[in-house]
Amino acid sequence: MSLIMSDPKTITLNGETRNTHAATIADLVRELELLPQKVAVECNTVIAPRSTLERAPLNDGDVLEIVHFVGGG
Amino acid sequence: MSKDTWTVAGHTFTSRLIVGTGKYKDFEENAAAMEASGAEIVTVAVRRVNVSDPNAPMLTDFIDPKKVTYLPNTAGCFTGDEAVRTLRLAREAGGWDLVKLEVLGEARTLYPDMRETLTACETLANEGFHPMVYCVDDPIAAKQLEDAGAVAIMPLGAPIGSGLGIQNQVTIRLIVEGANVPVLVDAGVGTASDAAVGMELGCDGILMNTAIAEAKEPIRMARAMKYAVEAGREAYLAGRMGRRKYADPSSPLAGLI
Repeated sequence: MSLIMSDPKTITLNGETRNTHAATIADLVRELELLPQKVAVECNTVIAPRSTLERAPLNDGDVLEIVHFVGGG
Repeated sequence: MSKDTWTVAGHTFTSRLIVGTGKYKDFEENAAAMEASGAEIVTVAVRRVNVSDPNAPMLTDFIDPKKVTYLPNTAGCFTGDEAVRTLRLAREAGGWDLVKLEVLGEARTLYPDMRETLTACETLANEGFHPMVYCVDDPIAAKQLEDAGAVAIMPLGAPIGSGLGIQNQVTIRLIVEGANVPVLVDAGVGTASDAAVGMELGCDGILMNTAIAEAKEPIRMARAMKYAVEAGREAYLAGRMGRRKYADPSSPLAGLI
């Protein structure tokens, strides 16, 4: 598993500030050791479809939400 | 006799019991209770992943979304916008359009905010979602939701998690009589008889979480709920006897010694 490194950037991930070198959203998901097929990603309040994550660039200042299903009523 | 099924937005189910997946001791108990309930649909919530512990056990490891229909909810959303945003993420995570919309009005009662709920329902329907909608037990609001694209009307029987049972049987019956989409009691069931009451009123199903999860023996209660929903459904189809004000003997009066 190779992570493509790019310039350092600061993003907000699930409400917390994070520094990363990930070039794309897919790189970030891999960096977090998450399985893309089990999560959904929103970038700057817009859904980032799973099929596009590999070519979705990650930019300094991006605000991301990564969610999954949990127990609930 | 043909099989007694119900259909929502083109999906046909045999079980009329929908169970939640919250408040359980652990995933094993949750999965076992679901199995015992016979439910074919489970509600699930959408939450941020724990980025500090990506290998923590996940619901999907215990309840297979390929075998059971996941119904993503918007529990905890207090505006229509939040709810819509949550369900867009749910659709991306799960890849299906059947969702449960609930927009809460206040934390104390968890009563739905119907103005926000109606707007969100319309937005979702326009985006191709099939929203099953948690709502007040108000026959007029139910009609409005149906007009706004709700594929199922899900009035509360009592406040969420209260276990008080169906408080207003008249309004539930009126909603059932007026609806052209399935009606399911969502919230308020405390024990098996409450579920049976809902089904006897003609509801298409019952959705519950706490009544099973907080029972002393959740798996046994899940089984009880399965029987109660089936019994209530059968009683509704059979048609109950009329009510009399006074006694009517069951044994013949003729031939008494």
